[in-house]
Amino acid sequence: MKNTELLTIRSGDTGMPYEWSIGKYGSRFFREIREHQRFLGIRCPGCGKVRVPPRRLCGPCFRELDELVELSDTGIITAFSVVNYPFIDPDTGLQRPIPYTYGYIRIDGSDNIFSHIINETDESRIKVGMKVRAVFRKPEEMEGNIRDIRYFEIIR
Amino acid sequence: MEKAAIVGIGQTKYERRKSGEIYYDLVYEVTTRAMEDAGYTLDDIGDVITVSNDFWDGRTISCMAVQEAAGAHDKNVSTVEGDGTLGALYGLMRVLGGSGTTLIVAHSKGSEGDPRVITNAMFDPVYHRSLGLDAVSSSALQASAYMSRYGVTEEQCALVSVKNHKNAKNNPFAQLPMDITVADVMKSRKIADPLKLLDCSPVSDGAAAIIIADEKHARKARKKPVWIKGAAHCADAYFLGDRNLAEAASLREAAKKAYAMAGIGNPAKEIDVAELYDAFGYMELMWLEGLGFCDPGGGAGMTESGKTAMGGPIPVNPSGGVLSAHAVLAAGLARIAEAVLQLRGEAGSRQVDGARTSLAHGINGPCGQSHCVWVLGKD
Repeated sequence: MKNTELLTIRSGDTGMPYEWSIGKYGSRFFREIREHQRFLGIRCPGCGKVRVPPRRLCGPCFRELDELVELSDTGIITAFSVVNYPFIDPDTGLQRPIPYTYGYIRIDGSDNIFSHIINETDESRIKVGMKVRAVFRKPEEMEGNIRDIRYFEIIR
Repeated sequence: MEKAAIVGIGQTKYERRKSGEIYYDLVYEVTTRAMEDAGYTLDDIGDVITVSNDFWDGRTISCMAVQEAAGAHDKNVSTVEGDGTLGALYGLMRVLGGSGTTLIVAHSKGSEGDPRVITNAMFDPVYHRSLGLDAVSSSALQASAYMSRYGVTEEQCALVSVKNHKNAKNNPFAQLPMDITVADVMKSRKIADPLKLLDCSPVSDGAAAIIIADEKHARKARKKPVWIKGAAHCADAYFLGDRNLAEAASLREAAKKAYAMAGIGNPAKEIDVAELYDAFGYMELMWLEGLGFCDPGGGAGMTESGKTAMGGPIPVNPSGGVLSAHAVLAAGLARIAEAVLQLRGEAGSRQVDGARTSLAHGINGPCGQSHCVWVLGKD
């Protein structure tokens, strides 16, 4: 140690573990995927908007919601980004191969945007407005989490 | 200070693990309860303050995720990351600053993270974390410092747990109503000497909300307003070694300021009921002293003589206190909510007869680094 050296300290690799509750509507969302391989939204009786994933409240109307809406497994790309830096999934500790494409997808029949991965990393082959379909895990491999949706593929 | 009042309150039941409900459900539950209690709709709420902590929530900028459930869509919403009493203090400032009414909501789900890891992370990463200091072990140090300074015994500290768990039997929101004896506390599992399991509060899931209003808006509330007579905050040093752990100096300062605002000269006579942040039994004894209810070192004697029991001259923690339900952050706001119930005469079987002036207290940081004191009045 030089007598002018300014030191730092490293945290090590210990994590801070959590067990988050998913709640009533989040649980229904993942069960619907497992049982029917489709998305579930919820309609606000005030503004009529359908949002996915379903949640208990409409924020703007501050109303409690209960009208679940069965949606399909398809949607439209409204924005995307091909990501070139590595990302470690905090749930699995695994790195997703790069590049990968992050998609901002309007599920058919819904009024908000759902976010997931699109399995196309060539920017020249992907455009806003393209139709996509969700590709799910095999039902027997589903775990009730966001990885039960493997990715969205472009319907060409 | 211009007049301001608490016009609505809401609490969840406090439980070890609310597995079916998410943080958002808890916030929504207490938000709607506080608004119903006040007879307000969302249009009557000027702005919203949320109280949350990113480590407890496991979510960066955790406040933004509760905005919707707190009814804050399109409202001015801002956050305090600290005890609920400090959120309320900020809320009072917003009201005095002209917002008219402010909703303050605090939540935490202690069951979702690891309290040891989270509270260890309160401490300095260079000098303290590796030693294992956390909320419990640092408090054990404080208990040791306090007990040796004033000759307080473990049995005397145990009296607080006995009293508060018994009081909790009258509080439908409490997590741990229990009939226990000093012997039960003494023979409970050693956690960190001198603290035993029954000297320690649980970690709970829960939320609390209050609505503060200026005089004009308070008059529109459904129930008689509970007036804020004094509110003050004071903080001590971060490093434990830079503080005298045996004394609650910052509490004395905060209390002095709050009493001056409220015109209270003799708190032991003028306060009718108090809700204190007793995260551990010994803390209640220290806080009694810091609040000037007795002389330094007098907390144990005051408790032994029954002065802080139901029926005594200053019942302390009729709700069962933090020892009986400890949703971190929400716990201080719960103290205020309970102090409001007492003045409204709505505290049910935990009601202190004829209460006209109540005190609520919260702490933030290890070993009560900072304290926030609220004096509330019926008139």
